[in-house]
Amino acid sequence: MSAGAGLLAAGGGGASGGTVALAVTGGALVTAGIAMLLERSLTRLVVGILLLGNGVNLLILTGGGPAGRAPILHGGPPEAAHRPMADPLPQIMILTAIVIALASAAFVLAIAYRSGRLGGEDEVRDDIEDRRVARRRGGMRAERERRAIAGPADPIDPDELGAPEAPDAADGRDAADGRDGGAGEGGR
Amino acid sequence: MNELLPLPVLLPLLAAAVKIILGPRHPRLQRTISVAVLAAVLAVAVALLLDADRSGAQVLQMGGWPAPVGITLVADRLSALMLVVSSAVTLCVMVYAIGQGTADRDHLTPLSVFHPTYLLLVAGVADAFLAGDLFNMFVGFEIMLMASYVLITLGGTLPRIRAGTTYIMVALSSSMLFLVAIAVLYAATGTVNLAQLSDRIAALPPGTSLVAELVLLTAFGVKAAVFPLSMWLPDSYPTAPAPVTAVFAGLLTKIGIYGLIRAETLLFPDDRARDLLLVAAMLSMVVGVLGALVQVDVKRLVSFTLVSHVGYMVFGVALQSAAALTATVFYVLHHITVQTTLFLVTGLVERRGGSTSLERLGGLARTAPLVGLLFFVPAMNLGGLPPLPGFLGKLGLFQAGLEDGGPLALTLVATAVVTSLLTLYALVKVWNRAFWRAPAAPGPPSGAGSFSGAAPLYEAVSPAAASRAGGAGPGGADGGEDDPGEGLAHRTARLPAPMVGASMALIALGLSYTIGGGPSWR
Repeated sequence: MSAGAGLLAAGGGGASGGTVALAVTGGALVTAGIAMLLERSLTRLVVGILLLGNGVNLLILTGGGPAGRAPILHGGPPEAAHRPMADPLPQIMILTAIVIALASAAFVLAIAYRSGRLGGEDEVRDDIEDRRVARRRGGMRAERERRAIAGPADPIDPDELGAPEAPDAADGRDAADGRDGGAGEGGR
Repeated sequence: MNELLPLPVLLPLLAAAVKIILGPRHPRLQRTISVAVLAAVLAVAVALLLDADRSGAQVLQMGGWPAPVGITLVADRLSALMLVVSSAVTLCVMVYAIGQGTADRDHLTPLSVFHPTYLLLVAGVADAFLAGDLFNMFVGFEIMLMASYVLITLGGTLPRIRAGTTYIMVALSSSMLFLVAIAVLYAATGTVNLAQLSDRIAALPPGTSLVAELVLLTAFGVKAAVFPLSMWLPDSYPTAPAPVTAVFAGLLTKIGIYGLIRAETLLFPDDRARDLLLVAAMLSMVVGVLGALVQVDVKRLVSFTLVSHVGYMVFGVALQSAAALTATVFYVLHHITVQTTLFLVTGLVERRGGSTSLERLGGLARTAPLVGLLFFVPAMNLGGLPPLPGFLGKLGLFQAGLEDGGPLALTLVATAVVTSLLTLYALVKVWNRAFWRAPAAPGPPSGAGSFSGAAPLYEAVSPAAASRAGGAGPGGADGGEDDPGEGLAHRTARLPAPMVGASMALIALGLSYTIGGGPSWR
């Protein structure tokens, strides 16, 4: 939204009613896209990226100033003949950005499919290597303390550490682990 | 001579198209094409650098369209220099990958996927460096990123998919931010051409230009992995195959730095973002190196040092004096080379030791002295021991910081000294654990509990690959070069000659900055 506000300020004199509506729509799309990006499911992330991309494209369009005749080509409706040509550059940029967004979305969908085939779901998982390092150190310290006090060996609480017991389970086949990790990440 | 300008972008693109048509057929021809094209790009880049140095920036308006509408390619001394080093590095990494592919029968770097994608990546990198307008730079970034998405998920194993999704989502978001910055700048100035922008931004109201600057800095900051925006890097880089990680670590973050340099010198030469950048640089250094200290996996450790050393470059960018920028450019060149080398050598370590975990490596100095030497030199270079170029770059930055004399700059100099020592400590820790201590256990390691996702796949291949590479030693070097590494490779038991040769060539390049880097200090 801040970008949309910046554009409105920057658009200045050239902004007609239509451009304001476009900018507001673009801002709304960007907001919705970012909200979707905060999800964990890859398919939602794709929707988020597409919404965000479309919103940004609208913002670029508003940057081109007021609407006018079809650029470069002569002709068009006679009532528009007196108006100046619309700026072609934003349209070129948007076209390029749309193609790029399409390719990105296609690739992410393929990744989501692959992830679903391999792991049973399409959620983005956390990398647990850092927590494993922390756990290793914490585990060693706990071990030393246990030896020092020679007390009963109570096992480390896996929930507290947010990591699976065996390092091999780390491929994240365990979906619950991913969610636990998510909560842990969010808490930090 | 400016007709040469599109070649670094066009040649790899065309070669990639040819390779996609060829598919998996004619492997020897394909390897030859890859190496020849990358060598040609290097030659063109050197020619461009000489031109730019002799007769000023080379400019080409594509198709004869003038600046605001058409695509402009520019090679000034900075972009040509970056192009030369990136071409040299990509060439070496390609030779290394060919060596690895030959030895492993293309398990890790399949010919029909890896080669065309890698060439696309090279084209994108060249386009980003040569772009004379912001939007073309965006397109260069996107070509490069699209190729990198494929490379980082190569093979499609679960750990790589996981690492890849993080990477892709972060990269896509930062691209959107870049696009927003372009939209803001275009709306405010009516152009995306860098030269025109630098004139017109000065006339903008300060609020508008500050918005554009901050959005642009955030976008580049994500690409460059500056601290608060760096969390994606250590999670996503280490799982990819060694050549991929090497070229990502060496080049992709430096393109973000290149963008920062352009933005801060050309577009927004005022110093309003100075304090912000200085603080970000300091936090990058500290957080990166502290992260590196606790890691047990060599690849992750080196990834964290990458984040911390990005801090040095941001430091130089933030200071904005001529001395600081000179030192930054030198440091960027040095760091591209040394970081790539370290990841390549880590690949060699993995090949000899069967793992990159410090808990399982050991005694490599005795069993693989050549790998030890290959690791030691770039590690000391990164740590900044004199007279290696890592030391010279840091020295230049420290001098610039002391000249500046502000309290924040002085704090940063102190932080940078401490970071440098801690980097050295982290790398010496790797050296002690992996190379000097007694071998952990005799015999090949079992496949249990590996840390990086690449390892299980790798270990399944490794014993067979090692024996095969020994047999295929003379014939297996078909894609490579007759380098001095071949004789040494035989003595150190079955490392493919192109891999060792490419690593040695990169180390030599890295060291040559001590002698040859002088002109860049002018």
